[in-house]
Amino acid sequence: MSQAPNSKSMTTGESGLALLFIVTAFLCMIGAAKALDTAFAFHASLSAAASLAAVFVILNRYFDRAATLPPQEINGRPNYNMGPVKFAAVISVFWGIAGFTVGLLIASQLAWPALNFDLPWTSFGRLRPLHTSAVIFAFGGNVLIATSFYVVQKTSRVRLAGDLAPWFVVVGYNFFILIAGTGYLLGVTQSKEYAEPEWYADLWLTIVWVTYLLVFLMTLVKRKEPHIFVANWFYLAFIVTIAVLHLGNNPALPVSVFSSKSYIAWGGVQDAMFQWWYGHNAVGFFLTAGFLAIMYYFIPKRAERPIYSYRLSIIHFWALIFLYIWAGPHHLHYTALPDWAQTLGMTFSIMLWMPSWGGMINGLMTLSGAWDKLRTDPVLRMLVVSVAFYGMSTFEGPMMSIKVVNSLSHYTDWTIGHVHSGALGWVGFVSFGALYCMVPWLWDRKGLYSLKLVNWHFWIATIGIVLYISAMWVSGILQGLMWRAYTSLGFLEYSFIETVEAMHPFYIIRAAGGALFLIGSLIMAYNLWMTVRAGEAEVQSPVALQPAE
Amino acid sequence: MSFWTRHHIFEKNSIVLIVGILAVIAIGGLVEITPLFYLKSTIEVVDGVRPYTPLELTGRNIYVREGCYLCHSQMIRPLRDEVERYGHFSLAAESMYDHPFQWGSKRTGPDLARVGAKYSDDWHVTHLTNPRAIVPQSVMPGYPFLAQTEVDTDTIADHLRTNRTVGVPYSDDQIANAAADLRAQADPDNPGVDAFTKRYPKAVARNFDGKPGVPTEMDALIAYLQMLGTLVDFKLYNEKANLR
Repeated sequence: MSQAPNSKSMTTGESGLALLFIVTAFLCMIGAAKALDTAFAFHASLSAAASLAAVFVILNRYFDRAATLPPQEINGRPNYNMGPVKFAAVISVFWGIAGFTVGLLIASQLAWPALNFDLPWTSFGRLRPLHTSAVIFAFGGNVLIATSFYVVQKTSRVRLAGDLAPWFVVVGYNFFILIAGTGYLLGVTQSKEYAEPEWYADLWLTIVWVTYLLVFLMTLVKRKEPHIFVANWFYLAFIVTIAVLHLGNNPALPVSVFSSKSYIAWGGVQDAMFQWWYGHNAVGFFLTAGFLAIMYYFIPKRAERPIYSYRLSIIHFWALIFLYIWAGPHHLHYTALPDWAQTLGMTFSIMLWMPSWGGMINGLMTLSGAWDKLRTDPVLRMLVVSVAFYGMSTFEGPMMSIKVVNSLSHYTDWTIGHVHSGALGWVGFVSFGALYCMVPWLWDRKGLYSLKLVNWHFWIATIGIVLYISAMWVSGILQGLMWRAYTSLGFLEYSFIETVEAMHPFYIIRAAGGALFLIGSLIMAYNLWMTVRAGEAEVQSPVALQPAE
Repeated sequence: MSFWTRHHIFEKNSIVLIVGILAVIAIGGLVEITPLFYLKSTIEVVDGVRPYTPLELTGRNIYVREGCYLCHSQMIRPLRDEVERYGHFSLAAESMYDHPFQWGSKRTGPDLARVGAKYSDDWHVTHLTNPRAIVPQSVMPGYPFLAQTEVDTDTIADHLRTNRTVGVPYSDDQIANAAADLRAQADPDNPGVDAFTKRYPKAVARNFDGKPGVPTEMDALIAYLQMLGTLVDFKLYNEKANLR
């Protein structure tokens, strides 16, 4: 918008968004008044309050800001927009700790069921989606948004596209988390694993996610670098595919526009296929492609070495995104899903091993000539070990997708152990590594407050992961074998409850592992907090960058 | 060399890159999902599968709300030990009216696909209220609040209607009488029981929670659990007829 030097007026974005939020607040108030259930009334009131707060913040920001919007460049250097990145980075640490804490609680509930307290909102069935959503979407999602906004600006050498849009994405996304999380506690769920939020939360996420895609894409479009950096391919694939998966898995018809309950459009076997097409690719694109983008930017940066192979990254990228989409049916082996679909799922899951390890090799070999840094830099060690865990769980996954292995592992804790070697070891560690790198950069600090604390975090969390996954291997394989054990007379040897009883010691070990992982994350939070508060400021480059907002 | 330089078209043009990604990720999903909607062999032809009664549907929604599917599967695999432990392996037809499906992915507790009629209503009331009163080693949470919560009968017709829109064949008659049927099924002395059983063949009207008065969530959940896996009579089921 071209404006006269001294006249200040609202941009179309500011006035339009403020207007939109006023309308939303009004609609939400009607929703709260006519709600058919208390959960819907609560969420509608919360949304009305949030919309009004958004209007206030937009107006307040307008009155406080200069007549012109922040420039794209200052003295020929891009004027990066790091405000939303900082917001997402800080809140990801909060959600991480919250999600790990709920994880520890539900792990303890399985060892000591009295911890369910026989109340609706503290029982395992409602807390488990809270745990998975908090760690995957709240912690992981905010790390992905923060790093993607950081990386796309730095590698395109331009300011993030949009003025309010990036803020809309980070705040709107976290509001989605709030609605989803409080909904689980109130019993609002559509029971599709990792896609539990009900129809209105899904609609809101769709709006936020499309904005996210547009901000990311428009930043790429206006880039100053001729090539799109490899990390951005992965971010783009993650954002686009998650949008497709979300839309495919969630079409639902609410009982009433004033009800929190809906019925999903798909039924029975088709619903199962849609669910695990979504579910497995939430792993493939949210927890893998997105975090591989982190690997492709932060490991070379931290190791100060170029990516090992450009060609391998091309093959890795296309093979990974092509093959992953097929893998879903391995969650439905021996079920009522037709055999042909199961066989396709298994075949592609096994093939998926190759690009997965191609990516791992590309990440690890980036250390060529810099392996000595593993001794001195615990942050790099964390990043590299995350890639090692990635390699381990992407070997375990294809193995478990083989039908004969799956007949033993399915329905047992082995699956839980497999997920956590990926989630704690790969996603957790690569996120921690990225946060340890990014926080000093964002707040212009020379370095972290304490590398020694990073070292403590690394070892405590690693021991926690080892306890967790080995306990789950043993309990999963043990239970699977007990279920199919026969006596010499040809009777089933164990009743179901005997196999539950056998799990008890492993559930305690698993909870202990989770506790260690949580302690590690608390150490990280303290370390990052001290870095921001008390860290030594970086000597400013000759051109001072304007503060983001 | 030319192959690698050709890849520049993706690296230098964000729109081409996004179109490429969309094309590549579309294939697997299309091949695996679309045939499930038209291949006749996907869902077996069986007698007996009917839509849920209003009370069962209410119970099913409680099952979903409390996250029961996180620890209990409803999908018996055709493996020797599972068939012996739980009964005939599950057919796709048995969940064809399930929106959403409840096959589950974890068995912290046993499979429930054929739990119907295995235990008495009393057993379920005691077990749901305090699982360890019946099974000392159980790690299941207790749900004492179900018996104290009345079922909402006002909106049940809307629930049936919504289900019909997404493909469950509820009749006009069933929708019109949804609230009455819900009350009748939880009370064997209700004058509407005959009309109810005519609308839902093989459905049973009982006082599931054993307490007089309005239906509670305990009534609804037990009504749902007691019908699971009971609709198909496997003595009459002809497996060969479904080899199409």
